[in-house]
Amino acid sequence: MSKEVNLEEQFQARIDAGERIEPKDWMPEKYRKTHIRQISQHAHSEIVGMLPEGNWITRAPSLRRKVGLLAKVQDEAGHGLYLYSAAETLGISRDELEVQLLTGKAKYSSIFNYPTLSWADIGAIGWLVDGAAIINQVMLTRTSYGPYARAMVRICKEESFHQRQGYEIMLGLAKGTPEQKEMAQDALNRFWWPSLMMFGPRDHESPNTAQSVRWKIKRKTNDELRQQFIDITAPQADYLGLTIPDPDLKWNEERGHYDFGEINWDEFWQVVKGNGPCNRERIEARTKAREDGAWVREAALQYAAKKATRNQSKAV
Amino acid sequence: MKEQLYSYLLMLGDNSMILAHRLSELCGHGPSLETDIALTNISLDLFGQVRNFFQYAAELKGGDCTEDNIAYLRTEREYYNCILVEQANTDFAHVIARQFFFDQFQYLQLKQLEKSSDETIAAIAAKSIKETRYHLRFSSEWMRRLGAGTEESHIKTQAAVDRLYPFVDELFTASAIEKALSDAGIAMDPGTVKAEYEQETKTVLEEASLILPDAAPRFAQGKQGMHTEQLGYILSEFQYMQRAYPNMEW
Ligand SMILES: [Fe+2]
Ligand SMILES: [Fe+2]
Repeated sequence: MSKEVNLEEQFQARIDAGERIEPKDWMPEKYRKTHIRQISQHAHSEIVGMLPEGNWITRAPSLRRKVGLLAKVQDEAGHGLYLYSAAETLGISRDELEVQLLTGKAKYSSIFNYPTLSWADIGAIGWLVDGAAIINQVMLTRTSYGPYARAMVRICKEESFHQRQGYEIMLGLAKGTPEQKEMAQDALNRFWWPSLMMFGPRDHESPNTAQSVRWKIKRKTNDELRQQFIDITAPQADYLGLTIPDPDLKWNEERGHYDFGEINWDEFWQVVKGNGPCNRERIEARTKAREDGAWVREAALQYAAKKATRNQSKAV
Repeated sequence: MKEQLYSYLLMLGDNSMILAHRLSELCGHGPSLETDIALTNISLDLFGQVRNFFQYAAELKGGDCTEDNIAYLRTEREYYNCILVEQANTDFAHVIARQFFFDQFQYLQLKQLEKSSDETIAAIAAKSIKETRYHLRFSSEWMRRLGAGTEESHIKTQAAVDRLYPFVDELFTASAIEKALSDAGIAMDPGTVKAEYEQETKTVLEEASLILPDAAPRFAQGKQGMHTEQLGYILSEFQYMQRAYPNMEW
């Protein structure tokens, strides 16, 4: 017992000193579990996030936009891959993680349970959703677990490209015809509040935050990150000439931040619990891909095994 | 001649575009993350080729013609892709077999077009062939994997081959435009690479323990703008935004 306490103290001392924790290092079981949960949740978000945007690939309005969107969705698949690999360093397989997703044991970002109803949603998602993700992820590039932090550095570069691409789509629409501007405003109306929800519950309702801050998984609280996002995004909406759907949103000179209205936490919890507009459809789509692909993955395994045996017998 | 060159570029672009569209339908739904990424890559390369062909075609057409007018604003009867590439993503075996049969053809075609007397076509071909060589390697490897993997994968892949191979014949039936332009050293007469195609294809299929079906070629006139019923649905989706919101910038 006292030895365990000692190890934990040493572990905390390393984190406090700003050292990175690597896969082979001793770590408290809870640290390992928390990381598996968070990294896999992040990986699942990348993969499920491909679906709402993928929904517009075949209908993209120009070849240039189509290629941009395809490449973006493909990047998200790549992010999923790096993150699953980072999670695997903690002693769990991608397959197990996938099962957790499909059985509802693991969560993913609730934002992807909202439907994409127009082309402008592709712009809004890039601008707001990738924008919100970056704020979280920039913080995570300095997180204590080495493989996670390194995955984040790679991912952040691509996310900021996605954010710019999304904003550029919005800019084109906002400066376009009245129909296009209306489409852009409607997308902002629908995606604004769910984007704010991406930062999670208010701090006083977020029991994990204190431990996460101690382990430097989080360096800022949910409310701090949310405020940072709003402060960055509100002027961008002004520049587009679009209206953020919050009558209480206004600059507070004294605080040096924007004030904003109350989030609908009832909606937040409903979507988290699985009752959002697309929760079932997202999981069904991932389940179908897994089931339809089972024979393909099996064939690849068998073929590789046959080939290995052949090479072995040749070598003998 | 200019008219014919324009139509020829449309045919080249349409083949890549309709196949790229089919692959793009799969993005996010692949059997594994790795194959999802790889198929999307191929789709992206093909769309890149489409843009090169259509930008050149738009230049020939002049006026305010753009790559997007060409890609989006034609009627069903004005698309000239072969029937093979519009076939559905029935299952992964069909996706791979369709890709393999096309890649093998496209590789031989681009090899010829690199020597085209039309400099722009030659340049596009030289750039595209690097990508197509990779696509062909990918689809050939998967043919072997699926054909010689499990019993189930073998049965499914043989079924895909049986279904799709009869559409291959169309690739080698030169259209009037292909004939005229190949005489001028611009295009390829596809008949000239048929034997090589058959040889290469047979080699891979044998390695994959698959057999080429004996079936008669399917009646196919995609190059003349006569398609299967599937193309109309592809286009309704593909053209949706341009049709619903005409004359806008995106
Ligand atoms: Fe991402
Ligand atoms: Fe992204």
